[in-house]
Amino acid sequence: MKKKIHLPLTDEVIRTLKAGDSVLITGSMLTGRDAAHKRLYELIEAGKPLPVNIDGEVIYYVGPAPAKPGHAVGPAGPTSSYRMDKYAPALLDRGLKGMIGKGKRNKEVVDAMIRNGCVYFAAIGGAAALISRSIKKIETLAYDDLGTEAIYRFYVEDFPAIVAIDADGNSILVESAP
Amino acid sequence: MEIRTVHAAEITETVKKLYMDMNYFIGEDILCALQSAQQTESSPIGKSVLSQLIENNRIAAEEEIPICQDTGMAVLFIEYGQQVVIDGGSFEDAVQEGVRRAYTEGYLRKSVVTDPVFDRINTKDNTPAILYTTIVPGDQIRITAGCKGFGSENMSSVKMLTPSAGIDGVKAFILDTVRYAGPNPCPPIVVGVGIGGTFEKAAMLAKKATLRPINTKNEDPRYAALEDELLSAINRMGFGPAGLGGDCTALGVNIETFPTHIAGMPVAVNICCHAARHQSAVI
Ligand code: SF4
Repeated sequence: MKKKIHLPLTDEVIRTLKAGDSVLITGSMLTGRDAAHKRLYELIEAGKPLPVNIDGEVIYYVGPAPAKPGHAVGPAGPTSSYRMDKYAPALLDRGLKGMIGKGKRNKEVVDAMIRNGCVYFAAIGGAAALISRSIKKIETLAYDDLGTEAIYRFYVEDFPAIVAIDADGNSILVESAP
Repeated sequence: MEIRTVHAAEITETVKKLYMDMNYFIGEDILCALQSAQQTESSPIGKSVLSQLIENNRIAAEEEIPICQDTGMAVLFIEYGQQVVIDGGSFEDAVQEGVRRAYTEGYLRKSVVTDPVFDRINTKDNTPAILYTTIVPGDQIRITAGCKGFGSENMSSVKMLTPSAGIDGVKAFILDTVRYAGPNPCPPIVVGVGIGGTFEKAAMLAKKATLRPINTKNEDPRYAALEDELLSAINRMGFGPAGLGGDCTALGVNIETFPTHIAGMPVAVNICCHAARHQSAVI
């Protein structure tokens, strides 16, 4: 059974999400990956304002491919989340409610998720063409100069994801093997 | 010896088509492996992920859009027949132009930055591509081209084992590399292994191994058996499709080897994701 959830995420909804739940997400989310995270993090460190409001938002770690004419967006699957681990706790402490990516997170991120009541969704890595069908509209919000790494706003309908780590820190990712 | 003239434009067109096609159309070998894994996967979530990957490949082919948004860095292995003369420009420029056109005209993502440490400015056309060219007898140019996404590239590793490590040392390093990568490189993965040569030769062999179809075997039955054994061992690890648990962590293990030094036994593991995109052409 897939749970339909709407953005922005409320604390009530977050509490119902458990690791392993398949979800279909509808609403609007931010995007950002390595270069944008580095810039946001440096602004936070310097005590300066951010170019986008992240409070209550979900951020999708993605660098989309260019859209073909007639398409809202090009293929847009998740990128590896661990590269954002250095920056994620600072964003979570600033009110970010959710992250969408692929693969492992470190302890600092999971601790920050528990501290702030946040959730980490896994999208299927490499299912970019399929995922892009759920992205209906895209706007550039900041860092246009970064091209694919800019911060966009995605408007999504029934975006497929799985709760990988819930707000209690439970994970369904298989991170070690015999 | 007959000289054959090949026009630079033909090389550019060939390379362009290779890159557009490999990004839109997954290879039959991968598709078959995904389909059979989908049949046998025991984890419901794993089964569902595999179905979605098969569906993703179908959509990409139908709409002629990339399978994955990370359309990678272009790597080409070229066997250049020594009787060929290029007319209308340099060989290298003709190849780079083909890559440039595929990425700019084919709606592929431009993911290459200039300087690796300081500038990191996007080159905006995904060049430079990386070329490994060998000169061979004959009047043909054989191109094996791949595009390598970095989610899996970053999980790759080289180790300078020494002879006393033996076959057990080789197996342990390969399995440790896959274990460390875990859910990150978009499993199910294809594992390219290079053994022998020197430090860089092993890494090149590993890359070459990822470009070999997974329904082929190493010609040496001992390495072919090792490929099978490692594949089974990896699929017992339980990472499963997308790292969410299951039987199918890898679709294939390809090993390539080369003679090496009396003191050494280099091993390189190049991990590739299920979006194992490569194509070949002969000019
Ligand atoms: S590892 Fe492969 S499938 Fe995953 S995002 Fe990168 S290129 Fe795509």
